[in-house]
Amino acid sequence: MKSVDVVKKGLFADNPTFVQLLGMCPTLAVTTGVANGLGMGLSATAVLICSNVVISLIRRFVPNKIRIASYIVVIAGFVSMIEMLLAAYLPAISKSLGLFIPLIVVNCIILARAEAFASKNTVGKSALDGLGMGLGFTMALVLISAIRELLGNGTLLGYAVLGSGFQPATMLILPPGAFIVLGLLIGIKQWLTGRKEAKHNDH
Amino acid sequence: MIIDLILLSVTTILVNNFVLVKFLGCCPFLGVSKNISTAIGMSLAVTFVMTVASAATYLVQVYILNPLQLEYMQTVAFILVIAVLVQFVEMVIQKFSPALYNSLGIYLPLITTNCAVLGVALLNITEQHNFIYSVVYGFSGGLSFMLAIVLFAGVRERLETSNIPKAMQGFPIALVTAGLIAMAFLGFQGLKL
Repeated sequence: MKSVDVVKKGLFADNPTFVQLLGMCPTLAVTTGVANGLGMGLSATAVLICSNVVISLIRRFVPNKIRIASYIVVIAGFVSMIEMLLAAYLPAISKSLGLFIPLIVVNCIILARAEAFASKNTVGKSALDGLGMGLGFTMALVLISAIRELLGNGTLLGYAVLGSGFQPATMLILPPGAFIVLGLLIGIKQWLTGRKEAKHNDH
Repeated sequence: MIIDLILLSVTTILVNNFVLVKFLGCCPFLGVSKNISTAIGMSLAVTFVMTVASAATYLVQVYILNPLQLEYMQTVAFILVIAVLVQFVEMVIQKFSPALYNSLGIYLPLITTNCAVLGVALLNITEQHNFIYSVVYGFSGGLSFMLAIVLFAGVRERLETSNIPKAMQGFPIALVTAGLIAMAFLGFQGLKL
């Protein structure tokens, strides 16, 4: 597989949020605004790339039986670093993401990539896979949070976009909005896939 | 004090529901809710682990991390404690109640990566709960997970037999349903306790 394909796979064909349906907690919880979505996405990407590289490096030395525990320790180490870096340099984002930064440890996307990809592939490929999956996750979070912030609050990244006449649908930035927007987006994705397949069968 | 604990418990279960308001434990909530009996099994296991994990991580924080000034190791220490605890619970249940083990068996390892467990451990520290509050908070958090997942599983069992547009079948309709349940839970926000 070419390097570009490894990255592209995470963005589209195997998108962690819309196709693999992994990492639902942060996807639902932090997408109230684009800044939060972007912050969470990029933090998870950084952790994903670092943990994939390290796990790929140690893949030959870790006994099979304790591999999951070892992966979790590696991931937790990187998450603690990101947590401290965010608290030091981006305190606003750190505060609004709050509990969900340490909870990156139990984000199933990261453990899933460690187990399914990094533990079987070379360091370079694992880093690219982490990048692709991370960006795919970030893209999904930004899309969801853009919809929620725009319709629920009338703003994007905090700037008022829709004029003062716009009546925001506050429900969208409350918890129910998260479930409904994500559900409809996955519905649209399944509809598009279904249409593509139907077209393919016609030929 | 008893009144405070009861209030904490009711608030956690209804007003600040772990799954529907705080979004903790969404993966098992969406993944293991296809029928009521597995949902009950999963939530019993989660409630047990959350209660014990709250107690264990509180002790680790107060008697190991704080005196040694290792607070920055919190995430690593807690996830290790939880992983060990889950493994231990699995062995104990296997030894003493094979029947329970057979019904819960497959869910137990999954609990390590349930963010409600690590979440409750971290929340106990940030909210500065003492030991008793931590245990009650962990237990109520588990019950709030149980309430949400059992309600959701009940609706999902009905969804199996209803006529749903092809594109919305499976996960999308489940998410929209969860959204509607969450909307109902918003009603509890007005509860003045």
